[in-house]
Amino acid sequence: MNSFIWIVVPYVALTCFAVGLSWRYRYDKFGWTSRSSQMYENRLLAWGGPLFHFGILGVLVGHVVGLVIPADWTTRAGLSEENYHRMAVTTGVVFGLMTVVGLVLLVYRRRLTPSVFRATTGMDKAMYVMLGGVIAVGMYNSFVVQLLGPGHDYREDVAVWFRSVFWFQPDAGAMQGAPLSFQLHALMAMGLFALWPFTRLVHVFSAPVGYLVRPYIVYRSRDRHGSARPPRRGWEKVGS
Amino acid sequence: MRVMAQMGMVMNLDKCIGCHTCSVTCKQAWTNRTGVEYVWFNNVETRPGLGYPRMHEDQEKWGGGWVRTAKGKLRLRSGGRLKRLSRIFSNPKLPGLKDYYEPWTYEYDTLLNAPAGDDVPVARPKSLITGLPMQIRWSANWDDDLGGAPEYAPQDPVLKKLGDLVKLEFEKTFMFHLPRICEHCLNPACVASCPSGAMYKRVEDGIVLVDQDGCRGWRMCVSGCPYKKVYFNHRTGKAEKCTFCYPRVEAGVPTVCAETCVGRLRYIGLFLYDADAVLAAASVENEHDLLEAQRAVILDPNDATVIAAARAESIPEDWIEAAQKSPVYALTNRYRIALPLHPEYRTMPMVWYIPPLSPVVDAVSSTGADGEDKDTLFAAIDQLRIPVEYLAEIFSAGDPKPVEYSLRVLAAMRSYMRRINLGEERDESIATAVGMTGRTIEDLYRLLAIAKYEDRYVIPAAHVEAGLALDEIAGCSLDYAGGPGMGGTGPFGELATVPASVETFQLTKQRAEANRYADLPEGTGAVDLLTWSGGTPPRGMFPPRRDADGQDSP
Ligand code: SF4
Ligand code: SF4
Repeated sequence: MNSFIWIVVPYVALTCFAVGLSWRYRYDKFGWTSRSSQMYENRLLAWGGPLFHFGILGVLVGHVVGLVIPADWTTRAGLSEENYHRMAVTTGVVFGLMTVVGLVLLVYRRRLTPSVFRATTGMDKAMYVMLGGVIAVGMYNSFVVQLLGPGHDYREDVAVWFRSVFWFQPDAGAMQGAPLSFQLHALMAMGLFALWPFTRLVHVFSAPVGYLVRPYIVYRSRDRHGSARPPRRGWEKVGS
Repeated sequence: MRVMAQMGMVMNLDKCIGCHTCSVTCKQAWTNRTGVEYVWFNNVETRPGLGYPRMHEDQEKWGGGWVRTAKGKLRLRSGGRLKRLSRIFSNPKLPGLKDYYEPWTYEYDTLLNAPAGDDVPVARPKSLITGLPMQIRWSANWDDDLGGAPEYAPQDPVLKKLGDLVKLEFEKTFMFHLPRICEHCLNPACVASCPSGAMYKRVEDGIVLVDQDGCRGWRMCVSGCPYKKVYFNHRTGKAEKCTFCYPRVEAGVPTVCAETCVGRLRYIGLFLYDADAVLAAASVENEHDLLEAQRAVILDPNDATVIAAARAESIPEDWIEAAQKSPVYALTNRYRIALPLHPEYRTMPMVWYIPPLSPVVDAVSSTGADGEDKDTLFAAIDQLRIPVEYLAEIFSAGDPKPVEYSLRVLAAMRSYMRRINLGEERDESIATAVGMTGRTIEDLYRLLAIAKYEDRYVIPAAHVEAGLALDEIAGCSLDYAGGPGMGGTGPFGELATVPASVETFQLTKQRAEANRYADLPEGTGAVDLLTWSGGTPPRGMFPPRRDADGQDSP
């Protein structure tokens, strides 16, 4: 059972994530959008949107630092375990709160603004449930376990397992020591990643950072218009 | 010098009767779909008036277009790139649906299905956005023909600029119609605002388009365009805009709005312009110099060096010829009577307008004076400050001189041609009063009044490689579920379709791979996973099953 959850499930989820993303990118670029509902309603979104997104970006950075960087690296870099913990908990709580407040605003808006609710698809609802669940359990971990409770050094177990998955030597045993709520958070996150490619969350992967460096005016030639369909036999371009 | 070709349009406002045929035919061609019910690629405004979306010319509020910094550089009015990126989660400058209008339908069903009773059944308006009954309080042409002018017209951002000059007294009022499409600017602010790089200007003909597969719905183009001519499809989450009917133009036929224009007031043709000179021209310091700078960017297609440079850029021979015969070049640069819309936005718009003389003629005629006499008209142009300055705010960044010149030419043409019509002698002095000759006035008259279809639209067909051309002919590439070319079932498409998403995966895949449009399966293939009852596989998500004999079955 243990190895099923911490070895089979992560690879199934990751495969689903990777294959799903590339499949969708190849065949459904037209559906690849944030599908903004700002036109319908902007008073709540003006607060909820930025709060949630900046919050979750902070949370993302926190997860990368906590899960990807091994504990002894930070110690060697001169950051004591105690200081690391204090830093992680404070930033985690701040960004976590931003995320939660933002998400609550956004869900409230989505449910109670008739126009926004009407534009919500089944996939959106499934996505909100998964995302909200992951965030709720994550906040429980930050607040109840780390801030108010005894605290738990996830860098000794969750992070070890997390990295081992990517070395293709999954260490299911490492997760044994983690509290149930941490295990639940990881499990739900895997569910979210499996669902990811099929929801509007794909817009995360088009974060337009290239905009900062490209020339303002874009020119394209009609001939270079990419088309997924192969040229019909006998009509291939010269040189192909 | 880097010569590029640009499709352009000129509209002769004197002839626009405000019939909205152009808007309606455009809508039927491009935006009769769910998600773009409120979208009018072509709309006709009554001026003075609020325009569409409401008060879109108020750039203090909407932050569209470019501004010149103190250092002489161009910057988008909405700020630098980082600032714009930081606002993609909620764009504070995005017009809401209420700034356009909430699209609606009527409950026609109740007319047919109401049980017999004493009350006559009525079809109540129902919002297409919320599905709830609604009160109609605003729409695309609410202030058409000065309807509600005492209430709305004073809010016109252009009138406000004129300040105290204007007291809209009913008897002294004036009005004209202003049809608007995307300007297909040389320096498009929409393209510059797009974080994804999905908007582009076509190298071959300068048409500005949105790559529907590349757009990620960041909405910066909508607020970036000072003319508010990029719209957001709230169903598909993609930006859409006027395409200059490129599938038609590529085939050498005019846009739908021009083709169907009742007043025959639209001209379409080619400009050759110097792409290297655009930025400097858009950055000139004094706003009043922008018009001349813009005209100077456009090259003389009969000039030998320009022709040589155009050939060097491999612009095809028939395109150079078309540029030489271009009616739009004649009106903007040879006769110099066509003016760009709001050059002060610094986007170098490529749809030009001949300002209307009719407000002046009407004012003159209403006093009983001779509305076709040169001197009377000239005097009126000098005296009627309000229409002239209003036109100047719209067409020449507030500089009345270019507008006065255009109006004088039109007035001179009017009185010169009257003499001919009445069988009197030609009066050269009328022509010289505006620095022209009788011959050129007659040429201009021919172009403005009696030009035939092929003189108004000089559109060379596109040169595409054979394979691609056939590809496009096989079916409009935009004509797929939820796409800009998709024909809807009703005037506004279907009421509730699932937006493009995982539920329509297989269909999108087929669309991407089908060799011919006709190969695509019937129907939209949209199945909502949550409402799917099981049993048969949901349509659109999986490839069709193959029977033993190799036949596809759904
Ligand atoms: S008018 Fe057209 S080309 Fe110009 S900025 Fe607006 S959308 Fe872009
Ligand atoms: S069809 Fe022509 S005359 Fe009628 S509103 Fe449009 S531009 Fe004006």
